[in-house]
Amino acid sequence: MPRPIDLMTSWLRAQLAPDAWSWLATQRERLEGGSASGREFNLAVSLVPRRLGKADLVLDGAALAEADRARPGWDPRGWSVDQAGRLVLLLAGGGTGRVFAERLRQLLVTADIAETIAFHRGLPLYPDPELVEPRAREGVRSAMQPVFEAVAHRNPYPAEYFVEDAWNQMVVKALFIGSTLAPIQGLDRRANQALARMLCDYARERRAAGRPVSPELWRCVGPHANDAALEDLAVALDSADPAERDAAAAALATCDRPRARALLERTMAR
Amino acid sequence: MYIDTHTHMISRTTDDYEAMAAAGVVACIEPAFWLGQPRTNVGSYIDYLSTIVGWERFRAGQFGLRHYCTIGLNSKEANDEELAEAVMEILPRFALKEGVVAIGEIGYDEQTALEDRYFRQQLDLAKQLEMPVMIHTPHRDKKRGTTRSMDVVEEHGLDPSWVVVDHNNEETVREVLDRGFWAGFSIYPGTKMGNERMMEIVRRYGPERIIVDSACDWGVSDPLAVPKTAELMRRGGISEEAIRTVTYGNALAAYGRGGQMKEADWLDPPPIDQRTLYMGNSVLRGGQEPRIRPARRRDGDLHIE
Ligand SMILES: [Zn+2]
Repeated sequence: MPRPIDLMTSWLRAQLAPDAWSWLATQRERLEGGSASGREFNLAVSLVPRRLGKADLVLDGAALAEADRARPGWDPRGWSVDQAGRLVLLLAGGGTGRVFAERLRQLLVTADIAETIAFHRGLPLYPDPELVEPRAREGVRSAMQPVFEAVAHRNPYPAEYFVEDAWNQMVVKALFIGSTLAPIQGLDRRANQALARMLCDYARERRAAGRPVSPELWRCVGPHANDAALEDLAVALDSADPAERDAAAAALATCDRPRARALLERTMAR
Repeated sequence: MYIDTHTHMISRTTDDYEAMAAAGVVACIEPAFWLGQPRTNVGSYIDYLSTIVGWERFRAGQFGLRHYCTIGLNSKEANDEELAEAVMEILPRFALKEGVVAIGEIGYDEQTALEDRYFRQQLDLAKQLEMPVMIHTPHRDKKRGTTRSMDVVEEHGLDPSWVVVDHNNEETVREVLDRGFWAGFSIYPGTKMGNERMMEIVRRYGPERIIVDSACDWGVSDPLAVPKTAELMRRGGISEEAIRTVTYGNALAAYGRGGQMKEADWLDPPPIDQRTLYMGNSVLRGGQEPRIRPARRRDGDLHIE
């Protein structure tokens, strides 16, 4: 089974111009050899977009399937060659365990936005992933939406490593900043009662302010709906917005309480 | 379209960004400088540099402005040797970040021995990394400090056409242009240049290698100084071509040398996605609609004295 670093290297070899490719191959070899100084490591990672460019990484269905086999949940759709190149060098020269975690922390301290996004997208690929959890938490605290989404979207890391409170904060924040829930991996599996309550509170707050509610919200409420949440769903079921009505109906279908079934039947009857 | 090559946007408000965008400023450059008070440790320097390469760049993008910066140890803080040594250690980690167009603003303040040492070290760094340089010329003993800055640049073997000497006035401009450097002029009320005087300089020397900027910061200054000066020159009969050269073309030619600032960045931006960070909407928090309304134009009075 090829490792993620080898997969990214082979994708890049297929796509890069010969001089860009040979620069990357040389850097990878030097970093894996362990002879590069900290300064050389930092410079190499910084130089990646200047040497490789920032084109989209071209991946077909077979490549995506390979990625998912090499690391379940790894979804490199929408990545660019500089992001993959940076992660190749980081994995090549970063070491393992606490050494790697400290190196990643140091890189993020001085990272520009593009680097910050790349390093967060790489979270599922790192050795000893539980040691980099504080970095992932920082990423979802960011006020820059693309940085938040680099952790939250198309990334198996949060569902695997975030404790419930952190997970819930991430999901509610996604709605709060106008992002989306659908690309969050493990959304249904990690649904929980506390999150359902937080989302219902949020929905009421939005309604009180006369603001729309994202229909996506109800998906996390359905399976854990208590009496109050069911009444919120009843209101959503009468929404003027057909998308919200559909979302509320879909959520009720995942709830096995009698009141949920009654609400659904009432809607069907209309 | 204008480029303002000297703006300390971390001190400015979102109203300023809106007004600049509405007035036609498409790109701005944020030189690393001091904060109006000295930093006491390298950690606060790291956070500052990280803010200008990251957060401020992102913030500007929300208002449709492309934001670039220069990285350097300024002359005032060069006088704190312990801090300066630590900053010189971390500078190379920031110099190659995305959107860093030059090493700067560096040079002299009081023209001390320590200022001289770190000015020279940073010129060597710029040469090694093949980056342009932005020079801050001193407020006091300006003429001599400007001449000395250029002497040192030449001594270190840098090509003057890669170096912008900023904050010029009537006394310094001739020598700067004669020696082949770019000449920046900061239209800053009270202390540096007024824009009537700026117009006279363009009349007298022509537009070649002259760059007009605002140097807007935490003091009483004007982020619309470049568009206002352009309008004043227009009314004063300076040709459209000359105006474009001193408020846009020269800025792009000088700071575009390192390959980090291209016209396509604002004329042909890539479609919005997670990677482009331009015109997103996270500064506009929590469901607030992106605001495209025209900013309050403040061009009633074009004069900046
Ligand atoms: Zn300045």
